[in-house]
Amino acid sequence: MNGRAAAALTAVTVLMIGAAGCGSSDKDTAGDPAATGAKGTSTLDLPRLDGQNLQVAGVWTGAEQKNFLKVLARFDKLTGARTTFVPTGDNVSTFVGSKIQGGSPPDVALLPQPGVLQQFAKAGWLKPLQPDVTKELDQNYSKVWRDLGTYKNTPYGVFFKVTNKSLFWYNTAAWEQAGLTTAPTTWDQLLKDGQTLSDSGTPPFSIGGGDGWVLTDWFENIYLSQTGPAMYDKLTKHQIKWTDPSVTKALTTLGRLFGRPDLIAGGTRGALQTDFPTSVDQVFAKPPKAALVYEGEFIATNITQETTAKVGTDAKVFPFPSVDGGEAPVLSSGDVAVALKDGKGAQALMRFLVSPEAAAIDVQQGGFLSPNKAVAFSDYRDDIVRDIAKNLIKAGDNIRVDMSDQAPAAFGGTKGQGEWKDLQDFLAKPSDVAGAQKQLEADAAKAFGKAG
Amino acid sequence: MSQTLTPPSPAAPAAAGAPARRTGRTPRGRTWVAAFFLLPALVLLGALVVYPIVWSVVRSLFGPDGFTHFVGLSNYTGVFTDHQTLVAIKNNAIWVVVAPVAATGLGLIFAVLTERIRWGTAFKLVVFMPMAISMLAAGIIFRLVYDQDPGKGVANAMVTGVHDTFFKASAYPGAHPRVAGPGSTLTGPVGGPYTGKAVSPGDGPAALALVGVQPGTLTGATQAAAPGSCPSGALCGTVWLDFQPGGGTPGKIDPGEKALAGVRVEAVRDGRVLATATAAEDGTFTLPASRIGTSPIRLRLPATNFTAQYAGVNWLGPTLVTWSIIGAYVWMWTGFAMVLIAAGLAGIPRELLEAARVDGAKEWQVFRRITVPLLAPVLGVVLVTLVINVLKIFDLVYVIAPGASQQDANVLALQLYLSSFGGGNDQGTGSALAVLLLALVAPAMFLNIKRFRQEKSR
Repeated sequence: MNGRAAAALTAVTVLMIGAAGCGSSDKDTAGDPAATGAKGTSTLDLPRLDGQNLQVAGVWTGAEQKNFLKVLARFDKLTGARTTFVPTGDNVSTFVGSKIQGGSPPDVALLPQPGVLQQFAKAGWLKPLQPDVTKELDQNYSKVWRDLGTYKNTPYGVFFKVTNKSLFWYNTAAWEQAGLTTAPTTWDQLLKDGQTLSDSGTPPFSIGGGDGWVLTDWFENIYLSQTGPAMYDKLTKHQIKWTDPSVTKALTTLGRLFGRPDLIAGGTRGALQTDFPTSVDQVFAKPPKAALVYEGEFIATNITQETTAKVGTDAKVFPFPSVDGGEAPVLSSGDVAVALKDGKGAQALMRFLVSPEAAAIDVQQGGFLSPNKAVAFSDYRDDIVRDIAKNLIKAGDNIRVDMSDQAPAAFGGTKGQGEWKDLQDFLAKPSDVAGAQKQLEADAAKAFGKAG
Repeated sequence: MSQTLTPPSPAAPAAAGAPARRTGRTPRGRTWVAAFFLLPALVLLGALVVYPIVWSVVRSLFGPDGFTHFVGLSNYTGVFTDHQTLVAIKNNAIWVVVAPVAATGLGLIFAVLTERIRWGTAFKLVVFMPMAISMLAAGIIFRLVYDQDPGKGVANAMVTGVHDTFFKASAYPGAHPRVAGPGSTLTGPVGGPYTGKAVSPGDGPAALALVGVQPGTLTGATQAAAPGSCPSGALCGTVWLDFQPGGGTPGKIDPGEKALAGVRVEAVRDGRVLATATAAEDGTFTLPASRIGTSPIRLRLPATNFTAQYAGVNWLGPTLVTWSIIGAYVWMWTGFAMVLIAAGLAGIPRELLEAARVDGAKEWQVFRRITVPLLAPVLGVVLVTLVINVLKIFDLVYVIAPGASQQDANVLALQLYLSSFGGGNDQGTGSALAVLLLALVAPAMFLNIKRFRQEKSR
């Protein structure tokens, strides 16, 4: 789950606005400098699709959708097709499922979680990628992304947009007030800097504990760095139990922060009632109620839209530090494009989306990270995003996708249940590591057992 | 509101059926006509009520993957052994006992009182107003009302307002000594009290360095200073904020570091407080020689200096959440109860009340012995309607309870939704819960229908 899950209500409203805006959007964006300003001629060998109507379904709303429409406009210009974007609302499975049962699936869908791709592939809804797409994929995408788009050795998906969920955003004023100059590179250093921030009078950590997915991301970063990708994969698939000593270690490490209410804005109780947007707002409020907030690059959107702080001057970012000498973690998730129809149009669009050219258009709009290695870093609009992107590409195959996103929804994706709830209980009572593990294992066993 | 409409509908066909039965002697054609007119109602009832019920019952006998896997009654045993469902059942019991009684009781009080006052109708209108908004909207409103932050949540704004009038907030909440390093002269648990090392009177000035005060709070404070002259045998020192932008030198009073005026300092020996002093404008304090004697003492900063601001009540925490949501429900449905009871009240013969008053009954006695007994049928209807309504409560709980305490606020309808759609994806268990819910609502429904029948026959 990511930030947009929290915006369920907004999604519904924007859905209507977006649907109304779709018809005319092709024309609006065709003349846009950003779209046409990209290389005049394309190196891609795309078929002519004059008069064909294509549908792309995705969860995106607002700016995210607007930027993507420019990518589609470029595709229309190159092929002569007419592409429309259909917002699915929050639940893609329900939307696409009903469309398929109704006999008119969209040509291409952007699925917000890798788990959904697996689910769709299992149901036989997806069309395999054509050789020209897989060739491009092999060339420009790390193995981790290719594997995630594959079901039973057949490649289905192209990761178009990804996130980097291993970032700390900090309030530069609070940071300077405390006399800190360098970003911490280890967990110990992070806690020490937290103490310094606390001494300076600003509570260091803002934790959106009201949203369980924030806590699962905290845990996953620590676990990934401390125990390594191999074990991470095992725990993701529930091949090792949550009562494993490695989980004990990670929770104990997390408890060194969660067990210090004086280092958490609002204390434990406050954190449990803080939702994710508020946890960002309170760091960049004036005066700040906290100095640091952990989450993905999408925090930049919250900062820009909800506070007066400017990304790059008032708000800066450093990567999640390494824990116990491990590699600094890079936790990610992403939207994966899949074809639901066999037609020439759908495959051509997939061919376009896998190309660096398509990704570059969205990259230039900002608020977008591409896993495509061929996208030039110079295309990113500012240094902050560029660094985040570099960090992501550099991590290569050590990137891991959000564990809870890959688990059955009952365990990793439901408010008040499973891992979300168990980690909230752990935040409330960080001393009880064993109890938390027992509960996690019980819930995981139940959810994985049912998903079978 | 729908409950007030639903009970008559099953009754209606029955009532319509009665004449048909009675007219059994009439020619056959008539029966067919009657059946023809009944058909639409029966089809609708069958398609919308009977069919889903039967389907749910059948579905509850199968596993999560659909009708491929027959599991018998194991969904039901699962329901009664699952911890979450047991919590839901317990909460439902609390709801059924508390919410209808509270709403009806308050409604009765409001109805009786507003009957006597001039602006009664206006008052009734206001109390009834919450009925006009949806449960979802009410839920969102109360989510805000119960917000932990007194700046947002009106409930905590009131609680902290009252609390702070009686208990003075401490001057420096959150202030603490440095954890380690040269500036750390005091130790103690988070929040205080903080105790220093043993010092002898006559030793040099004590430096009580504290950190962790919000930068904005000390704008008017003066520069900290070392004590000027110290009477012989006394113990002097300074309490100050050992931090300035950039950090400053720990343990040293740097230029620009502000005094923490008003901090209480205690001199302690063997657990006994010998003397106390309060830091002056420039942060200095003096503990007089006459009180502290000559042997070593410890300096202690009591926790009252640092107690965090009163955070208010944790309305949506695990223990209170159900009660808070019931509060929201009562806010919504008191108006409903009040209006129905007021209507019943209007139907009570005035003469009875007058007669009682003429006979010398006090107002309370009139209320207890005349009004309430006469209102009993109405109260019964309101109560039963609310019980049915409360049994299937869902929206308020779903919206108000935050993720961390959703399970503590769980009710059957919510558990039904969660296990069948919201992540659980087990419609077998969901159907079993639906059947359980139906079984619980049925007696109340039955009671209501019976009551309606009685009223008709009267």
